[in-house]
Amino acid sequence: MGFFFETLIGGLMAGVLYSLVALGFVLIFKASGVFNFAQGAMVLFAALAMARFSEWIPALLGFDSKLLGNLIAFVLAALLMFAFAWVVEKLVLRPLVNQEAVTLLMATLGVTYFLDGFGQTIFGSSVYKIDIGMPKEPIFLLQSVFEGGILISKEDLYASIVAAALVAALTIFFQKTSTGRALRAVADDHQAAQSIGIPLNRMWVIVWCVAGITALVAGVIWGSKIGVQFSLTTVALKALPVIILGGLTSVPGAIIGGLLIGVGEKLSEVYIGPFFGGGIEIWFSYVLALLVLLVRPQGLFGEKIIDRV
Amino acid sequence: MIYRENGQFKVNYRADQQIFPIAQDRFFVLGLIALAAVAVPMLASDYALKAILVPFLILSLAAIGVNILVGYCGQISLGSGAFMAVGAYMAYNVFVRIDGMPLIIALLSGGFFATVVGVIFGIPSLRVKGLYLAVATLAAQFFCDWAFSRISWFTNDSSSGSVAVSDLTVLGWTINTPVDKYLFCLAFVSLFALLAKNLVRSSIGRQWMAIRDMDVAAAVIGIRPVYAKLSAFAVSSFIVGVAGALWGFVHLGSWEPLAFSIDRSFQLLFVVIIGGLGSIMGSFMGAAFIVVLPIFLSQVLPMIGNLFGVEVSIAMVSHAEFMIFGALIVWFLIAEPHGLAKLWSIGKQKLRLWPFPH
Repeated sequence: MGFFFETLIGGLMAGVLYSLVALGFVLIFKASGVFNFAQGAMVLFAALAMARFSEWIPALLGFDSKLLGNLIAFVLAALLMFAFAWVVEKLVLRPLVNQEAVTLLMATLGVTYFLDGFGQTIFGSSVYKIDIGMPKEPIFLLQSVFEGGILISKEDLYASIVAAALVAALTIFFQKTSTGRALRAVADDHQAAQSIGIPLNRMWVIVWCVAGITALVAGVIWGSKIGVQFSLTTVALKALPVIILGGLTSVPGAIIGGLLIGVGEKLSEVYIGPFFGGGIEIWFSYVLALLVLLVRPQGLFGEKIIDRV
Repeated sequence: MIYRENGQFKVNYRADQQIFPIAQDRFFVLGLIALAAVAVPMLASDYALKAILVPFLILSLAAIGVNILVGYCGQISLGSGAFMAVGAYMAYNVFVRIDGMPLIIALLSGGFFATVVGVIFGIPSLRVKGLYLAVATLAAQFFCDWAFSRISWFTNDSSSGSVAVSDLTVLGWTINTPVDKYLFCLAFVSLFALLAKNLVRSSIGRQWMAIRDMDVAAAVIGIRPVYAKLSAFAVSSFIVGVAGALWGFVHLGSWEPLAFSIDRSFQLLFVVIIGGLGSIMGSFMGAAFIVVLPIFLSQVLPMIGNLFGVEVSIAMVSHAEFMIFGALIVWFLIAEPHGLAKLWSIGKQKLRLWPFPH
């Protein structure tokens, strides 16, 4: 029983991180109707920037404070993501406005390739470490209930707290600030939003910036966990079934979908995996999403798809 | 001046509906095939045949398959690599497990199994479309990647996980040298290209295009969406599967699942976008582009680097390749959404009026 809970909690924590990446997808899709395939590349790019800046800045300015170095690196990486958002809006989205969703998807595929190559050209392509002082030692919980207790990695715990804080901050941003309100208006109806004077182009830049920040946070957390390397982009591929499960247009869907996928993946790997020869983590979430698609094409929490002729 | 149809009168329906109605086009295609079949094997070096022409032909074939699904029927697929893998591995199993199996039948059976898998993963297309379908086809990709690396039956229980074929013979003709391989692929590709060209201008091709342009309207005028979509998936994955089998058997010789990873799917999609969505000719152009560009860059970039006194490493070239591909995709989507094929047809239009455009 203790093992079951351990797996469950491990899955939940992985799920939080999936939600974080999925959130980036959902934000952009809601606001601009673009299915941003480049989210994974953005995670890698942001993590690379963070890792390298935190290495370069202290060396360049000649101080030796890890906290200060990380802080400056984070701010610089965030600024880089803002610049990226601005460039994407100017060079990719604006010329493609009013195109079909599939065209935009393919354009973001192009952005993905560009960003992968660009990031590795300027930041290098080996494995880098992000050291933000996450504790590595595990803690034990509920030792009185189960024999040996439940083992939880402190790192995962902090990561989920950070992720939860980010989600809360985003919720406040979307619900309480005027920019957030404008963004929700754009998400609801482009034309209506434009007709009451909301500048669409600026909103798109803002939403890409927000997605860039979530990518940065996700990249920092994943990067400090498994190291910053090219395989980080696969994290984004894992987040795709999350949004299918939760619904492309639903922020709570992204979070709950992420948790479901995280838990389902870990539990299936441990309990069903041995029957299939292991490694079913890779496709389990996709097949799960596929089954949901067949029954509910709009996902668990998505808006019902209505085709008007 | 030369390219115009003046004076070519069609007096019966047969002549009017033939595959290349303009005589100059007919001569051009025949000349191209003759050139490819006779002149190229004599002139091209072994390296050019092995590293450029064979991959180009097989990728063109795969791109034709993807084009039928994405370009003609409008169902976006990110799982083409998986269908190639199914074709390659099932052809391998049929070839190795059944004694005396003829090569051609093994390759075609690879296509057959790819068809089955393609139709199964095409079923979601009846419920969902666009972005959701893209993710659904990704499921095929990940599932096949896993199946071919984990289930040892597919690899004939080979310990390393990679499989190899040898002794490729067709009716006593041993396919051994690069020239043999090239001619074998050329025969397959020209046959399938002709087949595909005829298919897309027949009634079923028109059904696919109607579904692509507007599925509700197509259903209203009596096209069955289920039949049209699944047949597009079937034909597309058959061709892609045969291309996968050729890629494994003829081009690679020995391969592992990595040869058909998700990057292959993206590559095929890029071929189709750059070449031109909804064009058989474009599939060839896109494939040529995507095969030649990396070779071109790996030659030219170090030279440019030398000019400025910078040492360009192999890693830098491969990153530059990524960047250039990505930028080109975006540029093509913005500037010429119909790809190289559209440029080709614009050129032809211009040529009809040249040199007196008024």
